[in-house]
Amino acid sequence: MDMKVSKKKLGLKEKYQHMTRGLGWETTYQSMDEVFPYAKYEGIKIHDWDKWEDPFRLTMDAYWKYQAEKERKLYAIIDAYAQNNGHLSVTDARYINAVKLFLNGISPLEYMAHRGFAHAGRQFPGVGPRVACLMQSLDEIRHAQTQIHSLSNYNKYYNGFHEYRHMLERVWYLSVPRSFFDDAITAGPFEFMVAIGFSFEYVLTNLLFVPFVSGAAYNGDMGTMTFGFSAQSDEARHMTLGLEVIKFILEQDPDNLPIVQQWIDKWTWRGYRVLTLVGMMMDYMLPKRIMSWKEAWEVYFEENGGALFKDLARYGIRPPKWLDQIEQDKDHISHQAWATFYNYAAACNFHTWIPTDDEMDWLSQKYPNSFDKYYRPRLEYWREEAKKGNRFYNKTLPMLCQTCQIPMIFTEPGDPTQICYREVDYKGNKYHFCSDGCKEIFEHEPEKYIQSWLPVHQIYQGNCFNEGVDPTAEGFDPLAAVLDYYHLNFGRDNLDFEGSEDQKNFDAWRGMATKNT
Amino acid sequence: MGVAAIKEYAFESADRLENFHGNQLLYIGWDKHLMFCAPFCLPLPPAMRLGDIIEKVLPGVFGYHPDFARIDWSKVEWLKSGQPWRADFDKTLAELGLKHKDVLRFQTPDLNGIKGSAS
Amino acid sequence: MSKVFIALQTNDDTRSIIQAILADNPHAIANEQPAMVKIDAEGSLVVRRSSIEDLIGRDFDLQELHINLISLTGHVDETDDELTLSWNT
Ligand SMILES: [Fe+2]
Ligand SMILES: [Fe+2]
Repeated sequence: MDMKVSKKKLGLKEKYQHMTRGLGWETTYQSMDEVFPYAKYEGIKIHDWDKWEDPFRLTMDAYWKYQAEKERKLYAIIDAYAQNNGHLSVTDARYINAVKLFLNGISPLEYMAHRGFAHAGRQFPGVGPRVACLMQSLDEIRHAQTQIHSLSNYNKYYNGFHEYRHMLERVWYLSVPRSFFDDAITAGPFEFMVAIGFSFEYVLTNLLFVPFVSGAAYNGDMGTMTFGFSAQSDEARHMTLGLEVIKFILEQDPDNLPIVQQWIDKWTWRGYRVLTLVGMMMDYMLPKRIMSWKEAWEVYFEENGGALFKDLARYGIRPPKWLDQIEQDKDHISHQAWATFYNYAAACNFHTWIPTDDEMDWLSQKYPNSFDKYYRPRLEYWREEAKKGNRFYNKTLPMLCQTCQIPMIFTEPGDPTQICYREVDYKGNKYHFCSDGCKEIFEHEPEKYIQSWLPVHQIYQGNCFNEGVDPTAEGFDPLAAVLDYYHLNFGRDNLDFEGSEDQKNFDAWRGMATKNT
Repeated sequence: MGVAAIKEYAFESADRLENFHGNQLLYIGWDKHLMFCAPFCLPLPPAMRLGDIIEKVLPGVFGYHPDFARIDWSKVEWLKSGQPWRADFDKTLAELGLKHKDVLRFQTPDLNGIKGSAS
Repeated sequence: MSKVFIALQTNDDTRSIIQAILADNPHAIANEQPAMVKIDAEGSLVVRRSSIEDLIGRDFDLQELHINLISLTGHVDETDDELTLSWNT
């Protein structure tokens, strides 16, 4: 009874077919339209969901296996880093402020991405994208958790990490990343996928996770390097998904093209504005620098993005709008952003400082067309004043852009000495914008953006004080009241790095780590 | 254009005048002085004179800049929503026709910021 | 022609992978940066399972790449034997 059983292992493609298709069915108790109520209202037409292909063909069993391995590696390094007082091996304590910004401004977006992909996955009638969204949703909660775990180590020693969750919904500058994601998650599932899956993940996240995280490694921060690269290893899959979404939608129906193009324009611009923060982190907050923001932009946006849009041209997609302005801005936005946080250092949960002479020389060299001419003079002036005990703290609230919610710090394309003002009248009210991009995004969906929770206006409306605080009382100090509402400790979390508790502690502890006395 | 939505989608502006307790918002920027990273947003009573704003409010806002003390206010040029505008220091915001969320810019042609860098 | 790239963490697992990629893609250029290696290539880039296996002396599943992968660009075509990155233009 010799029966030869030929045990043929399934190939990758067949395995993927079996593990995804056939998991869905046509509903009969309720109509498909009622089960998937968000599938059609955005105007995207899908005729055959089975045309969806996941290029990585990752199935759930393989997913668990590799993710578990990544987690083991990650936590081994994080533990070792903590056990060895790794925080004292970073280049200098100024660096830690970049990590504060990461935890406060970026990690919460990971959590929002988790929710967004879970929601989009639930709403797609097709099984292929549902499985892909499910995996990405799990990836994103992993990113939020691993970042919080890694950075909690810093919270034991340094200020400004303690209330990132509370601050996200209150602190003025955090309304920028927060409103970006709120905008995406309140859109329909297709727009969300183009916004986050494609425009953000494919076109922009490399800038965040590759050069910045490599920079963290260069500055001795193994914790951030590890969670950063571990997150980015998922990102490669997300980017592939983002690109697949675009191809899939465009191949389904020619009517989808103009809708998708408008989303690409909008979300590239929205994401680009948010990345201003990252530009500043790279140029000003890494004591040892590997690459300027401008160089990173050229590699990861111009070169890569260029290749991508050249490829997508066969579907009729053109590169995102406002690229000519973006091209000019790369010499300026990181400097403009740092100056902003230097202005409002009293209302921040991290420290700012004037770059050293060496650092300014590096900036001149990397930005020969802009730094010495426009930005060095103000930094040097501020440094002189600080030496005299007159450090600049801007105490008046700025005008904000209605769309991106960033203070109106950006200059006219072609004139770095002139703030760019744009405005629109809509139903009897005026709205102001930092750029043509933000203005046009507003004009496309004014009803959405007239609801913007602009921190400056909210403060003036009296909505940013703790309960029971009376703004009409004698001697009322509005700044102090707002900082209380933020849960920001005046004199510890904010103000200049020079003289901060972080600076003193780091010096003392590093001394203890390298000497016996 | 409108927002794609599954049902009617209409909201009031979060920043309408009546939310500001009797004040109106005035935005004000000083051209070529980008040491102040952005124009400012001020909540002001409509009955306030422009001259009082210049004398009593603006020093606290722009006074840190060494050019501020050198401004000759009679020579300042004003723009409203980017268009040339005639200022009258004796008139109130309401009398000047300045509405909620209007934006003024002022220019001081001889003063161009730290070392002439527009800072 | 457009460039594709693949970026990997610098560690012991990736040493042989990078070596195999560079051998299989003579047109590719490796850029070493802190804690990572970015391999750029005009047009397309192929990662071949058999070449990696020859170097590490054990079976290798191409999906193991996910563990040390940082980023990539281009269209991905993955089979049991090869992972190819390419642009259509
Ligand atoms: Fe993520
Ligand atoms: Fe904006």
